[in-house]
Amino acid sequence: VSVCVPPSLPRLLIVYPWTQRFFSNFGNLSSPTAIIGNPKVRAHGKKVLTSFGEAVKNLDSIKGTYSKLSELHCQKLHVDPENFRLLGDILIIVLASHFGRDFTPASQAAWQKLVGVVAHALARNYH
Amino acid sequence: MVLSPQDKTNVKAVFGKICGHADEYGAEALERMFHAHPQTKTYFPHFDLAKGSAQVKAHGKKVAAALVEAANNIDDIAGALSKLSDLHAQKLRVDPVNFKLLGHCFLVVVASHNPSVLTPEVHASLDKFLCAVGTVLTAKYR
Repeated sequence: VSVCVPPSLPRLLIVYPWTQRFFSNFGNLSSPTAIIGNPKVRAHGKKVLTSFGEAVKNLDSIKGTYSKLSELHCQKLHVDPENFRLLGDILIIVLASHFGRDFTPASQAAWQKLVGVVAHALARNYH
Repeated sequence: MVLSPQDKTNVKAVFGKICGHADEYGAEALERMFHAHPQTKTYFPHFDLAKGSAQVKAHGKKVAAALVEAANNIDDIAGALSKLSDLHAQKLRVDPVNFKLLGHCFLVVVASHNPSVLTPEVHASLDKFLCAVGTVLTAKYR
């Protein structure tokens, strides 16, 4: 996970460029090279990794783990929850690239559930 | 979503690399989709969906052939898939959301077998292409 989560954010910004709308103060996002090299993107990728790590450690209470972050993404960051789904799918593809055949259909199914639950938890306190 | 000349080049390059395995990839994409998104199985009550199923392999071959055909006629995907588009509209009526799911699983298969091929830029192009195919297949729904 620590290897796969950080590259997922730049990949999200490249594959679905409209997601860059939330990062207008991150500086140069003008090309894939710029995005991948951007220190603010990298730093944010690490933040996302940390919170994902928390989810994996607290699989029985993901809603609780993400409660404050959900408020933040709704009230302050104004992120459409669809974007959480998009990031989850990107993470799955990065995992597949990293683990190859070891990323079996059963593994993928479990991870799809996890990213789905995380996305749901992040959207849960939206109002 | 419009495919740029670079997108088309990227897609053709990917299919050039995977064409020997397209059939297997089609079957594996279906297998992954059935596993990760069990609701998609509702379209195949007449199939044996157990691992290694001959019916899934055969269907995977059909899916792969359609994708290869679309890639080979990337300047006119609608023309190339016109009959398939009619079929999906009139007979199969698969809910549009499911094309995204299969497209995603196809990307997962390509990524797991060819990690170095799926750079972020190529990933973007392939994703756009798969969206375009889905759009064509659902274009005549209403």
